[in-house]
Amino acid sequence: MRLTDAEQAMFDGSKGAAVARAMDLLVRYGEALGAERLVETRNVAGAFNASTPSVRHIAEDGFDRVYSELNLDSDETVEIPHVAVPTCQLITGIDNDNFATQGVDPDLADLQKRSERYLGRRGINMMCTCTPYQVGNVPVRGEHCAWMESSAVIYANSVLGARTNVEGKESTGAAALTGRIPYWGLHLPENRFAQHLVRVEAEVDDMADWGVLGYFTGFAVEEDIPAFEGLSHQPSLVKLKHFGAAAASSGGVELYHMPGVTPEAPTLDAAFGPNARPEPIVYGAAERKRTWERLQNASDRKLDFVMLGCPHNSIDQMALIAELLEGKRIHADTALWVHTPRAIRQIADRSGFSEIIEAAGGVVMSDTCPSISRRLPQGVRVIATDSAKQAHYLPAIAKVQGWFGSVEQCVNSAIAGEWLGVVQ
Amino acid sequence: MSDAQAKPRIITLKGRKVVGGKAAAEALVTTQTISGWGGINEREGSVIELRHELNGVSFAGKVLVFPGAKGSSGWSAFFHMCRLNDVAPAAMIFTRMTTKIALGAVVTRVPAITDLDGDVFDLIETGDFVEVDADAGVVTITKA
Repeated sequence: MRLTDAEQAMFDGSKGAAVARAMDLLVRYGEALGAERLVETRNVAGAFNASTPSVRHIAEDGFDRVYSELNLDSDETVEIPHVAVPTCQLITGIDNDNFATQGVDPDLADLQKRSERYLGRRGINMMCTCTPYQVGNVPVRGEHCAWMESSAVIYANSVLGARTNVEGKESTGAAALTGRIPYWGLHLPENRFAQHLVRVEAEVDDMADWGVLGYFTGFAVEEDIPAFEGLSHQPSLVKLKHFGAAAASSGGVELYHMPGVTPEAPTLDAAFGPNARPEPIVYGAAERKRTWERLQNASDRKLDFVMLGCPHNSIDQMALIAELLEGKRIHADTALWVHTPRAIRQIADRSGFSEIIEAAGGVVMSDTCPSISRRLPQGVRVIATDSAKQAHYLPAIAKVQGWFGSVEQCVNSAIAGEWLGVVQ
Repeated sequence: MSDAQAKPRIITLKGRKVVGGKAAAEALVTTQTISGWGGINEREGSVIELRHELNGVSFAGKVLVFPGAKGSSGWSAFFHMCRLNDVAPAAMIFTRMTTKIALGAVVTRVPAITDLDGDVFDLIETGDFVEVDADAGVVTITKA
């Protein structure tokens, strides 16, 4: 790999041992990819927090050890300096306020808080959400980023036109200290053209519809780049947030094009560029029904737990849940957790939405989610969620039965204590 | 059985180094991609994905032959933890390059190789003895 003089100097230690270890990791990673060079980035989103039981014994040797091992892949413990470029923490394992409800022991919650103070002093912004683009980290078109979190990567690439691959803990740790990431994959304009055409013949309007289309798309194209035609309704942030998270769960989609909606492809011709336009993959009523059924991994209708807010809810979604719960009461045998970024939680609090949700017996959670934390209420056997992504992962991770449906179906089922959803 | 048939059949393939080093062990082959986060147990070094053909099977100490990585961006972190817990594969041979598998192979710090000049899923079977010389870009298969 070719390094610039400035990069070579960092590699040789001109900016200290931690930056040298970061460059070493980036060179090993870039050579593994077959990248020819690095690219500058000023936007890093990674996972730095010490919040899991497996990190606890590493943290006994200090937070420099945690960063050196888990964010730089360095055997040597190096003193971690202030980050070189704007960097944020993505979703984490513990809700700093609701940790007892999660079943987290107070020592582990305290470890996360101490780890956050350590990271904050080094310039890592504690956004603590899978949706940094909802709380102020909104890259512009063409901006080179180094982001983890598959649902955020697909949003940044497709909806915003930023350029990032799916990065990992170690590469984002190194990018934060150097402002560099391998110039490979979706950083190169020639790798961003569509390879598949999805022809939408079914109605795709509400959030659940968009989630189901995304789930279908991931199975259909795996990690390739699809373009869409035939969409009948204008999507929104919420709908594309769900759509992308689903496509990145059933497949590994990191970029899609919707002519008229996403910025890099005003037309299908622009979406495909030099690539031949293939035969379309049809998404009609039959495909929609089959995909909706594929998201159901349950048979028992007695419902123990309803999870809303994956990816983390927008303020509109919080308002809708409050409206559905106003004056109602969640069934005594059913728990309802609603997940939203902490910054949006504050808006929800001031708007009165959190109070309505809590008065109905729900919990408003931030910072985490059950799949990341691997923590659910005690004794849960059957869950329901309005998220195709959570419906995909949570049954496997938590060994529970899982239903998928619209937010209305989920809220009404939480009130009834049994799954009332039907395939729509 | 003739002498010729009794002798182990040896196949040599050439490919591209992803991570340098040499290792030799029994092969574990799957044609299905593997999830890191949510797909493996990092304490036991085994696949836990419910519908995966290797569900419940350990890859610790094996030459893992697979198409590559899928799923969450936590892929590298989970294979990294496998190394720290001494349950990493001995080497990786894969066919689809992505950022997840590249970073994952780097931090697992095992010899890794891709772009081989033969169909590894056709030529390598679970239980074959496989030597990976990633520095030279050579894989030598001794059929079981």
